[in-house]
Amino acid sequence: MSHAVADQQETPFDLSRGNRALVRWNLYVGFAALAVAVLNGFAQALNYAKIDILDLFPGLETYYQGLTVHGVLNVLVLTFAFANGFTLLTTARGFRREPPAALAHAAFWTMLAGTLLAGWAMFTGRASVLYTFYPPLEAHWSFYLGLTLLVVSTWATSAAQFVMCKRWRRDNPGRRIPLIAYISIVTYIMWDIASIGVAVEVVGFLLPWSLGLIGGVDALLSRTLFWFTGHPIVYFWLLPVYVSWYVMVPKLADGKLFSDTFTRVVFLLFLGLSIPVGFHHQFTDPGISSGFKAIHAVLTFGVFFPSLATAFAVISALEIGGRNRGGKGLIGWFFKLPWGRPALALQVQAMLVFALGGVTGLINASYNINKVVHNTTFVPGHFHMTVGTAVALSYMGIAYWLIPWLKGRALWGRRIALTQGWLYLVGVLIFARGMISGGLEGMPRRTQIAEAPYAEGMPGWEIAGVLTGVGGTIMFASVVLFFLVILGTLFLGERGEAPEMPLAETIEGPSETGWQTRLDRFGIWIAATIALIVLAYGPFLIRYLPPRLVSEGFQGY
Amino acid sequence: MNAKQYEQAFLAVSAIVLVVFLGALGISAWGMGVSVPTEAGEVVPARIDETPPFDDPGVKKQGPKRYTVVMMAQAFLFRPRTIRVPAGSTVTFIATSRDVLHGLKVRNTAVNAMLIPGQITRVTHTFEEPREHTFYCHEYCGAGHHAMFGKLIVEPREGTSEEGAS
Repeated sequence: MSHAVADQQETPFDLSRGNRALVRWNLYVGFAALAVAVLNGFAQALNYAKIDILDLFPGLETYYQGLTVHGVLNVLVLTFAFANGFTLLTTARGFRREPPAALAHAAFWTMLAGTLLAGWAMFTGRASVLYTFYPPLEAHWSFYLGLTLLVVSTWATSAAQFVMCKRWRRDNPGRRIPLIAYISIVTYIMWDIASIGVAVEVVGFLLPWSLGLIGGVDALLSRTLFWFTGHPIVYFWLLPVYVSWYVMVPKLADGKLFSDTFTRVVFLLFLGLSIPVGFHHQFTDPGISSGFKAIHAVLTFGVFFPSLATAFAVISALEIGGRNRGGKGLIGWFFKLPWGRPALALQVQAMLVFALGGVTGLINASYNINKVVHNTTFVPGHFHMTVGTAVALSYMGIAYWLIPWLKGRALWGRRIALTQGWLYLVGVLIFARGMISGGLEGMPRRTQIAEAPYAEGMPGWEIAGVLTGVGGTIMFASVVLFFLVILGTLFLGERGEAPEMPLAETIEGPSETGWQTRLDRFGIWIAATIALIVLAYGPFLIRYLPPRLVSEGFQGY
Repeated sequence: MNAKQYEQAFLAVSAIVLVVFLGALGISAWGMGVSVPTEAGEVVPARIDETPPFDDPGVKKQGPKRYTVVMMAQAFLFRPRTIRVPAGSTVTFIATSRDVLHGLKVRNTAVNAMLIPGQITRVTHTFEEPREHTFYCHEYCGAGHHAMFGKLIVEPREGTSEEGAS
């Protein structure tokens, strides 16, 4: 008999009314950010195709102001809000207890305050510095403070997880941490450590600098601190989605998760390997020895390994589902998956696109080959298939069961939801084909190509721009349909017809004895992670420090 | 079912593929010399106009077929903006920024590097064929970022016949 993650005898899991509302409002804020972000993204995609609708945006002064809004709202607000709300729920589900109210509320309100502050700075043109905000391009202090609050909101969420974990352990001495809670907590432990880089950058340097307390900043050190956080942040975007892929998607597909231990080990590998890889974003930087860059290149290939392991585990769970449903042959099971369930269909589509996102990511990470693609549109071509699809489309798929579950209503517009997913898939493939081909022809990213005097007659750039515009338009149309379904569900969905929270059984459950119990001792793995970070960044920092605070601020935007 | 064996085989193949890729990169980097920028000195942005070699940006001939381009980037232009070298020249760019982050990409070449205030970027490339290259800034630097570019003209080799120029 198979071990069950969910004890079948127990009553269906539920959250208090207040905590349901809290999770829901995290999602609302995140999706509101998505709405504004994709509207801007649509205009930028059209701009690549030389169709200019930027003038229609009230208060928008430059292309780059809109690009900043697009980036910050998508990858800092949407992702943080969704991760905070979703993992609060998954952790609570694992431990079957309510999140601590004070911390959960603190997380939500700091997230909202941070969004409003940074949003005000961006919309009033005080922070057109893109989401990477490399100094000495200088933003208004409210932008930096807003981002700080956004990060604080994730720390509050992590603290809420730890409180739940501690209380559960007190009541359940010697028992293994439930898998869904375990992987949610490891995700946030990884991020807690990873976010130290950007916290030092912003609180230590950029905030005091923007307030006039220090006269200059160190451009290279700031950039290095940013990428200390800036690579693992992609795993902070991904891992909450992996939580869904590992322990929820199998249930949605009528399958089972193969191994409890395997899943825990994969998340621990992400904990250890996500962070000491930041130099692969700085392969073309001066001031960092090529030897250090090579070490990070090797480690980056290392962090690709748990991603490949995930590909196996998740596809194997889907295969079990497809065969349970009568699928036969080598790939016959794939067509037998319950494609009529939007929550499943969108997440499988996200996985399909993510395969291409992973391959292009490996190209970016490939040390000297990076010179071919660095800062070209190849890179946004890549990450619209990772964070822009693997993550974003999964969020939409998750929302298709989660919003009904939270709201106690049935999903409205199932067919529209299904159409929306396939549209997004087609749209992003066209979009990314455009961006990647343009990038291989040298088209620079983060550049208003339509206005670039040198762009005229560049081979391949025009068709790349057209494909970007066409693909972006289809993606935008898809997201409009997503909001239609969500609003329809909120206002028209049938009451009392909410789905259950999906939670898969595992074929090989957790062992209560032996070496596997050590997986649950977070201290060991945190220590190993920090040791690896010290090895990967220590030599550079010893060689480089102290900071050269020689760069004054510029605001040429 | 024997998912466990499939799993182990898949993971083994995954690991081998990654190691082979890394090996290929290692051969290209250390065997064939396809390098990435490394430490090449520092400069204080406020004193850049007095600090050699940036007090005199431009193309310098260092020897037969060897040139240095001392380049300064600022919002929103490169100095020098036009570079002329004969075909077959090995050109070393010594570049920095006087204000914010910039990038330097010479299209259709492996010249692709960040220009960071305070740091000196050094990259070398050999331009074999006579042709015109566009170079441009590839790191967002402000409202005029997309207007920041220049031309690198590889001229037919000195002392060769005009046929080479066509």
